[in-house]
Amino acid sequence: MTKHITCVTCPMGCGITVELNDSNEIVSITGNTCKRGEVYARNEVTNPQRSLATTVKVNGGIHNVVPCKSAGPLPKNKIFDCMAEINNANAKAPIKIGDVLVENVCGTGVNIVATNHCPAK
Amino acid sequence: MLNYDIVVIGGGPAGMAAALKARECGVESILILERAESLGGILEQCIHTGFGLQYFGEELSGPEYADRFIKQVNEQKIEYKVDTMALQITDDNIVYAVNKTDGLLEIQAKAIILAMGCRERPRGALNIAGTRASGIMSAGTAQKYVNIDGYMPGKKVVILGSGDIGLIMARRMTLEGAKVECVCELMPYSSGLTRNIVQCLDDFNIPLYLSTTVVDIHGKDRVTGVTIASVDENRRPIPGTERYIECDTLLLSVGLIPENELTRAVGIDLDRVTSGAVVDEYRETNHKGVFACGNVLHVHDLVDFVTLESQTAGEGAARYVQGKKKDSDFITTKGVGAVRYIVPQKINLDNEGDVKLFFRVGNTFKNATVKVTCGDEVLISKKRPRLAPGEMENVIIKNSMLKSFAKDSVIEITVEA
Amino acid sequence: MNFDVAIVGAGVVGNLIARELSRYDIKIAILEKCNDMAMGTSKANSAIVHAGFDAKPGTLKAKLNVSGTSLMPDLCKTLHVPFKPVGSLVVAFSEEEKETLNELLDRGVKNGVPGLEIYDRAKLKEVEPNISDSAVAALWAPTAGIVCPYELTIAAAENAVINGAEFIRNFEVKSIKQENGLFTVSNGEREITSKYIINAAGVFCDEIAKLIGDDSIHTTPRKGEYMLCDKSIGNLANHTIFQCPSKMGKGILVTPTVDGNLLIGPSALDIEDKTDVTTTASTLASILETAKKSVPVLTTREVITSFAGLRAHCDRDDFIIEKSTKNPNFINVAGIESPGLSSAPAIALYVRDMIIPEMGAAEKPGFRPDRDEPVRFRHMSNEERKAIIAKNPAYGRIICRCETITEGEILDAIHAPAGARDVDGVKRRTRAGMGRCQGGFCGSKVVELLARELGVEINQITKFGGDSKILYERTK
Repeated sequence: MTKHITCVTCPMGCGITVELNDSNEIVSITGNTCKRGEVYARNEVTNPQRSLATTVKVNGGIHNVVPCKSAGPLPKNKIFDCMAEINNANAKAPIKIGDVLVENVCGTGVNIVATNHCPAK
Repeated sequence: MLNYDIVVIGGGPAGMAAALKARECGVESILILERAESLGGILEQCIHTGFGLQYFGEELSGPEYADRFIKQVNEQKIEYKVDTMALQITDDNIVYAVNKTDGLLEIQAKAIILAMGCRERPRGALNIAGTRASGIMSAGTAQKYVNIDGYMPGKKVVILGSGDIGLIMARRMTLEGAKVECVCELMPYSSGLTRNIVQCLDDFNIPLYLSTTVVDIHGKDRVTGVTIASVDENRRPIPGTERYIECDTLLLSVGLIPENELTRAVGIDLDRVTSGAVVDEYRETNHKGVFACGNVLHVHDLVDFVTLESQTAGEGAARYVQGKKKDSDFITTKGVGAVRYIVPQKINLDNEGDVKLFFRVGNTFKNATVKVTCGDEVLISKKRPRLAPGEMENVIIKNSMLKSFAKDSVIEITVEA
Repeated sequence: MNFDVAIVGAGVVGNLIARELSRYDIKIAILEKCNDMAMGTSKANSAIVHAGFDAKPGTLKAKLNVSGTSLMPDLCKTLHVPFKPVGSLVVAFSEEEKETLNELLDRGVKNGVPGLEIYDRAKLKEVEPNISDSAVAALWAPTAGIVCPYELTIAAAENAVINGAEFIRNFEVKSIKQENGLFTVSNGEREITSKYIINAAGVFCDEIAKLIGDDSIHTTPRKGEYMLCDKSIGNLANHTIFQCPSKMGKGILVTPTVDGNLLIGPSALDIEDKTDVTTTASTLASILETAKKSVPVLTTREVITSFAGLRAHCDRDDFIIEKSTKNPNFINVAGIESPGLSSAPAIALYVRDMIIPEMGAAEKPGFRPDRDEPVRFRHMSNEERKAIIAKNPAYGRIICRCETITEGEILDAIHAPAGARDVDGVKRRTRAGMGRCQGGFCGSKVVELLARELGVEINQITKFGGDSKILYERTK
């Protein structure tokens, strides 16, 4: 199988081609112009990860929601599951930057933390 | 009448960085005027991460990036007034501003730093035909509704313009359950970062249609759909390529315009390309003691560069207040060919340090050569693997080079493919 | 609810009639199908007060135009509506068109238009420096002016409401019953009764008349598209600049607006759909081309918005202001196309004279001819600004940056008699969102203020009523 990936490590945006064999093992990586591209492509094929930024519902705050992010990268294929869990969460104002709003989201071991303050109303 | 050494108009990343640098340079009397309810500017609604990689070496969200500066402003006890709108600057650097608690403020400043940021181009500027139904808004307005107010402005969305805000909102709306039908881009390339195209569109299978625009908007009360069409090399729609796409929302991310109404009203020279002021290496305009930095000067793609530029302006304003910034002869800078503009547009000949020239190209290039020349002399010639309109470039003019120039020389930057 | 007079349609005509009738001791209702007044022709037109040389002598149009225009300056002053007596020029580009100017001059004299004069090329260039070099002469009409048409419409309704009239919004007249000398008017959910009905429904006049079996009126919506340019080029024209008229109307004009913008348009296209106010790329392009014939330096660069409006064209080619043959208490005020805005003050008096004497209504004491002058922060001196903020701090918070509109002005617009209920209503009353960013920054703040003042959640606020809500549900 062949996978085409656009590298996002730097603005060059190299088009990288990854060849896989029948047991999904990487046979070759081509098209990258630096070592970082190879690492990126390898991760994208074996274990793609994304950081997630969204909001959590707030009770008693000056706003309805407070922004948050995953404290570390999440498996790409779990992003929507994580969204669902985050959307069910409630935070109580006042909230400070860094407050943990959802612990161990979807069992990933990653916390969802506030990225802004939300004073109480 | 109030008196301050420096009045900073705008409490976003530019204004805060400028004020902090001026304080660091020894200016005590500083006032920041911010029109929103809090410091932070547009960063407050930019909740995605990716800010601060250059400046802090960390990936922060917009509010986190802003908060680092808000903390310092508070620690340094720099005065600021929020919910305060500057209405006018006079010839002798009096700032008129207004808010609910102080009423009309009259503030005499020794130096003024303009840091008002930019606004989004509206639909009218594009002259898109069709109805004027509800459901047409700028991507930034939608971003505020979703991220600050917590309401959905649409469920089935078409986005016109593939600038970074458009791409970011494609992902954001998708994460919150909307269906983003497509992103249309008038140009044959996206002005957004590659990373955003991959992580905001490709990840969610949102199609990006290049050389495509919206030619008609349908729906009486609420938008019911748009007609998109391919455009030719002159950006004119090609008859026969029209396609109807059902949607309830059209988000526009079609460019940013520096907010220079105050600047224009006091008669400061503006650059036709940047729509910002013409400035020297300390970002001083042709109006004595008035400086400009950040997106009000030229639209940046990274806030980190806004911070750095604003520190330069803050230092310049401090030097001006302290009488260290002397008038001298200038040399000017000029972008040639694909180089659309250069900031600063002029450099004081007796400048004591190196000067970084920021520029933007009008086309994409691979393995191009950037050449900096003065008359027949080639000052710098260097290879760049990639140049794109969406990414600001810079070159450094060494102080040793500066010393060799005659007054009124012109430094030119060109790109050779 | 029982009324003496029900006026169908809250446009400039209906509202000025309501205002005129509110001098008398009668109960008046203004029935409007939309969420606000000035939602049809009155909000999207050329905003010109015509001198009155266009209409054929002897027609109602000729008569009411000249008298309406003469009433306009004082009326606007009384109601605190922006009006500027800029005068108009009809420009000729050939010897043949010069003949047309003479005909218009002749007609104008017959209609009683004062001050008309033919300018030669040199004089034209002197008063209008940006005019095309190919212009050869022009007809100068000093009594022409420009007005804010929706503000006049709104001010008239506010004034009528102050004097006791009732403004009933979202009331689309669906049926009218006639019993014992009384009309019962229904919108399908609610009913009101009235002794008289005044049909001022613009392009819908024919449909309203049909509800009592009167099919004598046939209205064709004639669409006109416009482009509005930024204030930075508002000084490209000093006067309203017309080209020579054709069968479809007065052609493409270039005019300053009372707010300092520049307006270009309108096109003229007869259409079927009475709600079709879409703009089309090809028409906008052709408007610009034609306008450049008058003012060659025009470009699309400074266009901040485009829009379309519908003229209520009637096949009788004159205003129809008469008692219906089906019922003398049903007054048709139909076919009010250009110069309808100019004529509106005179139409109001004309209708008054048709019904007040026979009703035997007495003037009521305490009639107030004016309304409170709206606060216009942007036009105030710094001293005035200080004073007004001291009185009410809400005038110290700027909501619309481009037009410098304060929270106080927006609150006034919401709480005015027959006040704003939606974002566009706030916009028409205050100009918030009318500037170069077109509501990019202030739109969400206006939504917040409307929600707060009306006591609803922000996702209930609409752009212009109906299904034009701006937001869906909470994200979470």
